[in-house]
Amino acid sequence: MKNQTKRGRSQLNTGSMADIAFLLLIFFLVTMTINTDKGLMMRLPPKPDQPLDMEIHERNLFKILLNSHDQVMVEDKLLDNMTGLRQDIIDFVLNRGKDENSSDSPEKAVVSIKTNRGTSYKQYIKILDEVQAAYFEVYAERAGVTPEIFRALDHRDPKQKALYLKARKGIPMNISIAKPSN
Amino acid sequence: MNKFKTSSNTSQEIPMAALPDIIFMLLFFFMVTTVVRPNEILVKQQLPSATQLKKVEKKSLVANFNIGAPKNVHQYGTEPKIQCNDVFIATRQIPQQVEEARAKLSEPEKDKLTIALKIDEEVKMGIVSDVETQLKEVNALKIIYNSVKPR
Repeated sequence: MKNQTKRGRSQLNTGSMADIAFLLLIFFLVTMTINTDKGLMMRLPPKPDQPLDMEIHERNLFKILLNSHDQVMVEDKLLDNMTGLRQDIIDFVLNRGKDENSSDSPEKAVVSIKTNRGTSYKQYIKILDEVQAAYFEVYAERAGVTPEIFRALDHRDPKQKALYLKARKGIPMNISIAKPSN
Repeated sequence: MNKFKTSSNTSQEIPMAALPDIIFMLLFFFMVTTVVRPNEILVKQQLPSATQLKKVEKKSLVANFNIGAPKNVHQYGTEPKIQCNDVFIATRQIPQQVEEARAKLSEPEKDKLTIALKIDEEVKMGIVSDVETQLKEVNALKIIYNSVKPR
């Protein structure tokens, strides 16, 4: 009699099965990296059919030079630390003719980055990042949001796109990447 | 009286037998959707860090170029190389690769192609500008310098 009852309840204990499955699930969740491409967006200038020399007035050009030792020269002055650069660019872009040595208007302002063939990519990205940060700060202020929110604006949404265009209106992101010197 | 007693004997437990099935289903979903690695990267890829990151809006509109020193130094040397779709390519082959990527897209999407440049931070600017010059040749002007958030 005793034996019979035992055989009747010969089931697998499935209670811990969920735990094992959970463990596997969490493992895959953690190891999975959704590889989203993130980075600095840039638009290259189109290939000129003939070498065009557009007249850019000296005052409308914010020159950043990088040499092969990763030293940075901004407006003919050697730059020691990067902290002031962002504000300098913002002041330059939004000068609107006040200072004689700075830009006429945001439309005409061009930030030029010239590298050397021996400049490290890391340094170049660092500078480009600062320049873009300056522009995004300007845009974000006009849009009334933080730069982080501004950068994350979804262009597929008409409302957000309108805000984006409104903030950028009149202030194009003129970043010129000059051909590296040898 | 007797009737009440029997009814109180029924078990109060929720049947848990279906729970593993649900979890397994979730598990399989994640296993299927996870792409472990689309293609093997043959070059060093220590991406530079930057703060002003933007996301690519549509992944199907992206063509990748990996640039860096080869991992296999004995076979390929230490000079930075360009990798596209599992193979090393020469700089002058870039326009061809871009055209191939474009051919896969539908007509209105053709000019929206974004070139993702995944460049190792130790690479010098010389090769980067050579690549950019080639991209200009085929009018692939929308690029993204892939970088990571600073820690």
